[in-house]
Amino acid sequence: MSTQDEKERLELLQGTLDMLILRTLIFGSQHGQGIARAIQQSSEEELLVEHGALYPALRRLEERGWISVKWGTSSNNRKARFYSLTAAGRKQLVKETTKWKRLATAIGRILDPAKEG
Amino acid sequence: MFRRKRKASDFSSEIEAHLQLESELLREQGLTEEEARATARRSFGNVMHSEEHFYESARWLGWDHFWQDLRYGLRVLRKAPGFTAIAVLTIALGIGATTAIFSVVDATLLHPLPYGQPEQLVTLCDDLPGIGAHDVGMSQPEWQDLQRSGIFEHVSPAQFDENNLTGSSRPARVRILIVAPNYFALLGVKPQLGRAFDPEDHSPGLVLEVLISDGLWKRAFGADPNILDKSVRLDTDLYRIVGVMPAGFDAPGRTPEERNIEVWAATSFYGAPMPDQPPRNRRSLPTAIGRLKPGLTIAAAQSRLDALVASLQKEFPGDYPRQSAWTVRLLPLKESVVGNVRQSLILLLGAVGLVLLIGCVNVANLLLARGSARGREMAIRRALGAAHTRLTRQLLTESVLLSLIGGTAGLLVLFCTKGFLLRHVPESLPRLNDISISWGVLFFALGASLVAGVVFGLAPALHARRLDLNHMLKQEGRGTTGSGEQTRTRRILVITEFALSLVLMIAAGLLLRSFWDLLNVRLGFNAQNVMAVRTRLPDPNDPKADLYGSPAQEAPFLREVLWRGRTLPGVEEVALGDTASIPLDESLRNLKLISEGQFLLTLEGDIQNDQPSVVERSSVTPEYFHLLGIPLLRGRLFNDLDNDKAPQVTVVNEAFARAYWPNENPLGKRFKRNRAEAPWITVVGVIANARTQSLAQDGVPQIYLDLYQTGGKRLAIFLRGQLAAAIPDQVREQVQSVDPTLPVSVGQTLKETVSASLAERRFSMEMIALFALTALLLAGLGIYGVISYMVSERTHEIGIRIALGAERRSIVRMVLRQGLGLAIAGAAVGLIGALIVSQLMAGLLYGVRPTDPMTFAGVTGLLLGVAVLACYLPARRALRVDPLVALRHE
Repeated sequence: MSTQDEKERLELLQGTLDMLILRTLIFGSQHGQGIARAIQQSSEEELLVEHGALYPALRRLEERGWISVKWGTSSNNRKARFYSLTAAGRKQLVKETTKWKRLATAIGRILDPAKEG
Repeated sequence: MFRRKRKASDFSSEIEAHLQLESELLREQGLTEEEARATARRSFGNVMHSEEHFYESARWLGWDHFWQDLRYGLRVLRKAPGFTAIAVLTIALGIGATTAIFSVVDATLLHPLPYGQPEQLVTLCDDLPGIGAHDVGMSQPEWQDLQRSGIFEHVSPAQFDENNLTGSSRPARVRILIVAPNYFALLGVKPQLGRAFDPEDHSPGLVLEVLISDGLWKRAFGADPNILDKSVRLDTDLYRIVGVMPAGFDAPGRTPEERNIEVWAATSFYGAPMPDQPPRNRRSLPTAIGRLKPGLTIAAAQSRLDALVASLQKEFPGDYPRQSAWTVRLLPLKESVVGNVRQSLILLLGAVGLVLLIGCVNVANLLLARGSARGREMAIRRALGAAHTRLTRQLLTESVLLSLIGGTAGLLVLFCTKGFLLRHVPESLPRLNDISISWGVLFFALGASLVAGVVFGLAPALHARRLDLNHMLKQEGRGTTGSGEQTRTRRILVITEFALSLVLMIAAGLLLRSFWDLLNVRLGFNAQNVMAVRTRLPDPNDPKADLYGSPAQEAPFLREVLWRGRTLPGVEEVALGDTASIPLDESLRNLKLISEGQFLLTLEGDIQNDQPSVVERSSVTPEYFHLLGIPLLRGRLFNDLDNDKAPQVTVVNEAFARAYWPNENPLGKRFKRNRAEAPWITVVGVIANARTQSLAQDGVPQIYLDLYQTGGKRLAIFLRGQLAAAIPDQVREQVQSVDPTLPVSVGQTLKETVSASLAERRFSMEMIALFALTALLLAGLGIYGVISYMVSERTHEIGIRIALGAERRSIVRMVLRQGLGLAIAGAAVGLIGALIVSQLMAGLLYGVRPTDPMTFAGVTGLLLGVAVLACYLPARRALRVDPLVALRHE
């Protein structure tokens, strides 16, 4: 696995996993393992995705109609379920992103007021 | 319905794919195969948990639990066959009986009448409330006014008659309904063969076409497919058959006779044999039905009709005297067909529902008793982590399962006994043919079973929630561990049971007393050894063809029949009368026969001369009074001099004399039919009152005319003596040897007539009594169960008491006090309920007040007696408790 010690990684804040999954799928359909990997890589290995928690999240998103799913073959010829973003999912992503950015800015202001000034 | 969104196996294969992808990646990064797999697994977390989580969150889980509960429940029920049998039997009885009664209610009260757009159909009732006359019928001009009023799509008068049908195998008396040509269009029904009348046919006289019923077609014509255009003779007139109505088509009448019509004839009610211009004040059309214009409610139609009636009264003041206050009432047609059985049916349904409820309470009690035996099982399951809800659900599943098995068993029995049961329903019940175990009825049974299962499963299930785990598990044995709370619930259940039973039993008791009073009412005439055989003289449309057109022409026939009747073996007395003179003849009661039954009369010298009164009348020969044992009080009976040439005379009953000439000598007084040209009729005799009109009513004013003076087409031949079974056939031979075209009915003894007049009351009384007995039995069993449970629970205590020298009597008293306490509490609640119910059923009672103290006291006593008996058995067992054994018991 990765070289970094796992204990130093950040645990995901509750509710953010869904947003990150949706964000990852913006580049095209992907299977579960690929999504987990992509999140870790694009966070430069900072974020820890517990792979087991990923699947309930995927199922939740699927039930809400934000992602769709079908069986396909991976690059190394393994059968896997591929998830892709739906139109509703795209909208949801925009919503969540905006919300998250506002939240992050607000929290940033509180934690680091000097920067603002 | 409950499709699983994704299979669990699908999910595991996805996880498997994930793990493989991950480990391949790791291998590429230089880990060994084994390390790679382990790391992949580690970073995935708990696979099992994830799968389980997935599985549980599927909606399928509830279903899985349900199947588990069901299988478990079946196993539990199988393991206690005695309990299961009793519970299933109780429920089967309750559901079966309730469903049976509901199927009747469903067919008669709930289903719309089987005609096109039945909600627009109405009955028109003409009332003259000013003179206390109801449903007096309408005149032909009034009918025409209604037709043109714009309120109705169609209005059709209907007149019931009985005719002699010839042209088939042997002369038969058929029930015929004379209607307007628009009758079938009005009802929106079509014949199965041929066509209906032309609704636009307004020609004078009778349309010489008839439609016949399916029954008559099969019975008299052997279901001949070429029946159309055949001719039949009704009386002596020739009619062409143009259509056959479908099987199961019943005319919308109030009595079985009016519903069970065999021939329909049509007329516009004017032109020979009727007057060419029927007068407005002659109410010769006895009943009428109508179809409202589409979109018109009955209330709206009624207000427009009231306006029409008011304007007609203004226009024809001579025909509508103000005192009589003529009104026309609209009733939903269904109301007039089933209205008079509604109360009885609802009472029956209520009663059977109570039985079901009592059965439920009993099963609940059984379940509770078992619940305490199963307390340990429940406690262990709880301790192993079963949720409250899960246990409650388990218990509810079991009880619903039980009630569904019971309900199915009840339905099966009902299916098998359907024919038998239907034979016991009185024929007078409207829409008898419609009764069936339909989908609606099946749904009802299913629903009732489910509700019953929940009702009797709820108490034990709720109890399971409040189990004290520690207490339960500490108990060594598996036996009696009933908590105080449980005992309390069981007591409340027994009290409920007693209250419900008492309500039912008092209802039954009141009906029984009414029935008993009616059976033992002083009839005022002697019905022993009397038989009535009917015949009917032809009544052709052309008066010249009528062989019996006048009393003088009829007299020789009457004398001949009387003479021949007397020669028959065993016959002591013979009399003749019209059918209105048959005492308590329910079949023709309420029927508006042409020129028969009721009589509008005008008294001589009455200041309110234009205020006619309605009175029951019949025409008889002089022998009638002696044959029936009705004594003459004043004056004389008819004699040979009272013939068609002599002035008309009448014999009236005491009630009539008292009503019209109070404190005066009625002899020599005169009255006449309410028609200008009618002759005066002189009172020559007064006879005692007899309940020949109605068992329930005493002192109905009645007049008797001389059959030799009035003539009559529908005749009854009364015979008294030691009559052999062959008498009706012998009468037929004798009558047909005088005139071979005459139909003669089977004979009916007056005892049978009296009994038939009580058929409906007897039916509902018997049913309620049966239900009440069942309730009593169930309540007895219930209290027996609770008290014996209590005794076995207190064996230890009783043993100590006996060991300490308690008297046997005081032990018995203690047990009885417990039981009677419950019974008395139940009775007190029940008495309040019974007071309410008895008020509601006041209309069904005769001779007893709804609060009859005798019935209330007697029934309460009976119920308490049963309670004492049910407690006495366990009390005796308590006495046999051996103190040594009892003390060693724990």
